[in-house]
Amino acid sequence: MEFDPVLLSRIQFAFVVSFHIIFPAFTIGLASFIAVLEALWFKTDNPVYVQLSKFWIKVFAVSFGMGVVSGIVMSFQFGTNWSEFSYASANFMGPILSYEVVTAFFLEATFLGVLLFGRDKVPRGAHLFAALMVAIGTFISSFWILSANSWMQTPAGIEMVDGVVHVTSWLQAIFNPSFPYRFAHMVLAAFLTTGFFVIAVSAWYLLRNKSQEYAKVMFSMTLWLVTVMAPLQVLVGDLHGLDTLEHQPVKVAAMEGNWETRSNVPLLLFALPDQQAETNHFEVGIPGLASLILKHDASGVVPGLKDWAPEDRPPVAIVFWSFRVMVGIGVLMLTVAVISLFLRWRGTLYESRWFLRLCTFMLPMPFIAVLAGWITTEVGRQPWVLYEMIRTEDAVSPALTGEAAFVSLISFIVVYALIFFAGGYYISRLVKSGPEAEDAPSPGNLRRPSRPMSAADHYIDARE
Amino acid sequence: MEITIDLTLIWAAIIAFGVFMYVLMDGFDLGVGILYPFAPDEEARDIMMNTVAPIWDGNETWLVLGGAGLLGAFPLVYSVVLPALYFPVLIMLVALIFRGVAFEFRFKAKQSKWLWDLSFTVGSTAATFAQGLVLGAFIQGFEVEGTRYVGGMFDWLTPFSIMTGFGLMAGYALIGCGWIIMKTVDETRDWAYSIAQRLMVLVLAFITVVSIWTPLMRESIAARWFTLPNTLYFAPVPIITVLLAMLMIYAIRNRKDYLPFLCALGLFVLCYTGLAISLWPNVIQPDISLWDAAASPNSQLFLLLGVMFTIPIILAYTTWNYYVFRGKVTRDSVGYH
Ligand code: HDD
Ligand code: HEM
Ligand code: HEM
Repeated sequence: MEFDPVLLSRIQFAFVVSFHIIFPAFTIGLASFIAVLEALWFKTDNPVYVQLSKFWIKVFAVSFGMGVVSGIVMSFQFGTNWSEFSYASANFMGPILSYEVVTAFFLEATFLGVLLFGRDKVPRGAHLFAALMVAIGTFISSFWILSANSWMQTPAGIEMVDGVVHVTSWLQAIFNPSFPYRFAHMVLAAFLTTGFFVIAVSAWYLLRNKSQEYAKVMFSMTLWLVTVMAPLQVLVGDLHGLDTLEHQPVKVAAMEGNWETRSNVPLLLFALPDQQAETNHFEVGIPGLASLILKHDASGVVPGLKDWAPEDRPPVAIVFWSFRVMVGIGVLMLTVAVISLFLRWRGTLYESRWFLRLCTFMLPMPFIAVLAGWITTEVGRQPWVLYEMIRTEDAVSPALTGEAAFVSLISFIVVYALIFFAGGYYISRLVKSGPEAEDAPSPGNLRRPSRPMSAADHYIDARE
Repeated sequence: MEITIDLTLIWAAIIAFGVFMYVLMDGFDLGVGILYPFAPDEEARDIMMNTVAPIWDGNETWLVLGGAGLLGAFPLVYSVVLPALYFPVLIMLVALIFRGVAFEFRFKAKQSKWLWDLSFTVGSTAATFAQGLVLGAFIQGFEVEGTRYVGGMFDWLTPFSIMTGFGLMAGYALIGCGWIIMKTVDETRDWAYSIAQRLMVLVLAFITVVSIWTPLMRESIAARWFTLPNTLYFAPVPIITVLLAMLMIYAIRNRKDYLPFLCALGLFVLCYTGLAISLWPNVIQPDISLWDAAASPNSQLFLLLGVMFTIPIILAYTTWNYYVFRGKVTRDSVGYH
């Protein structure tokens, strides 16, 4: 068997980054949620908030730990597997990734210690401050990493000299054409991910008559959040698509499964794109809708894949289907939001068991949508690493052998599988034990005067 | 082109500082992991884990800064060294993964606690050994043509790099031991005191071996140290090393809780200086200098502007973090749950 270092490195990168993104997507939103809970506690002194915050901080700690360790892998991947690309793009990528470290990671990592372990050691205000800093850190982090990624999609502000990028305008390079849309879309995605996770957990408590008081508070809070965010996400996604049409039209052609440049392009609901035959099988579509969405005119002309040479087209089927999965889940989220408004109006938000069941079923959906979105974006830009400048096959480290890439890929798969199941197990155990469970009297807790709930909690526990 | 030269030098200093911060800070918490299985009992292990739990994440961030800063300021080093060290880097990453999650999982685990204890120890030890391999390979040098690494996947594997691997393990264990002495009381501290001196002797032995082996490996390094007047200029390095070792023995004998840690840090500073003297001005041995490897001045400048403001702030709040978690860790001050 021949091992191809390029293919294996691509699989490895995709695997490692997909694993990584699961955790930031969840922790970006969760950090903000915790900061809000801490702020509410600071303002109202209502112990429910601090109890909820303590509960989510534990979940946060586990997923943040997994985000950090998988992130450290990412920052070395560029050099080990894509050394040609890192060398060529270093003048831009290097400073941007370094800015991420100095402006965000230190902020998060340092204040995380205080957030997790410092509640009894610093004044309440300082603890709230630490929570805010961690939340702000996650945004700054997203800002830089998405700038780097967007620049790879839609490079700007640079010139190529002897195969090496030189920056001519930092502003143009950082705020490259696809960046604002990608940043907005990803931050919303992160909020939706956390939102639906919390919603699913609280719905599960409500179904089981567990931790009712806490569950209701967070259920309502996060449902409001997604009610605002879900429609916004559809809107931003649409704008994002229009921007992509301008800068990466072949990607949009692949997302739509459109082979010919023509007007009245249908929105395909189902199709099996065939890369070799340059056509789709079993098409089911709504006539004219794709033209309407992309050109705001049912007879608008939309570019087709055949305008590009076969070797310049991305793998169509992957892009086509992952895009549909993401959009489908977006519509599902919107539906949940609308139903929740209706149930609020009816006053049965906490009682409709079918709705609560629907909510628990939503738990994995945002994660799937995030992965599907990234796959659309990344596969859709193939065969380029740096769009229309450096091809993926030319980016790989020259010295890397296929065998070495194979060994590392297998190692990462095995290690991540172990970590993922262990982490998933601990998170599910934390979630199952519920927000009150944490008041098992440890010496640290008993010494704290500001814990009026602890007595009541044991009562709730005992009753169950 | 004066400005280019200055920027490159400044960047060399910043990266050296970043790597150094990493070695000191993650050094002691990796060292705690290496010593972990030898601790007298379960309670001592809990306490040891808790001395580093609030800060390990910040410590490891210096590693990410080293990587990203290298890409930003000296891309050639990044794109030559990382493929050349593919397997040591892989080992280090996998080890750091196990070690990193062990912190979070162990606190949540009951029956499976031993598993996370094991991954903390093995992870710390393997990560350290891999970093030692990287150090050894870095001193040996890499086969480069133009801007590409052209050697094999296993060029790094030599008796010398294996020796530096074990050497670094001893070194981290020593600062880890100093840290434990500083941060704990009673049996845990007694135990740390009881091994400190032996560890120090071991470290001195490795320092001696490296100091003899390195000049033997490359003539230019021997010339750097052993021609006059250089020998006189650089003589303070070995002399202070000996003085520090004596101070450390005094501190251990007289139970000065803070001093052994500081002495161990001092030893690291000296080794680092010695290394810099040997290798200067090359970043990739044998013959690629800092200036050959530098990024475009425009990029170095852009990054410098940010780093100038942020590094002092980072140092300030890192200090605050250590201040919050200052003092001895005892049985009662456990975890966040
Ligand atoms: C800063 C850069 C960057 C960022 C933030 C991401 N990627 Fe990426 N991705 C790359 C830089 C990159 C790359 C280095 O450019 C790759 C490696 C090989 C390639 O073709 O592009 C790539 C390839 C790549 C592939 C394989 C495509 C193919 O070869 O067919 C997938 C599926 C993903 N990525 C998925 C993701 C996901 C789920 C991300 C979410 C975090 C993500 N990427 C973020
Ligand atoms: C090639 C792509 C990426 C690289 C090289 C990378 C690198 C890293 C590194 C090194 C860490 C650990 C930092 C620490 O010590 O705290 C990390 C964590 C993090 N990353 Fe990534 N990352 C990538 C993709 C992304 C993307 C696309 C996002 C979000 C939009 C993201 C957001 C975060 C956040 C918020 C954290 C903090 C840890 C957490 O919340 O789990 N990263 N990343
Ligand atoms: C129904 C509405 C949605 C539309 C129209 C939409 C549109 C898009 C488009 C066009 C892209 C690719 C852009 C490009 O690469 O050029 C994209 C990417 C992405 N989508 Fe969506 N999206 C929708 C819903 C969602 C939802 C619900 C989520 C997750 C909760 C999500 C997460 C992502 C992510 C993570 C990416 C990759 C990063 C990026 O390019 O922004 N999307 N989306």
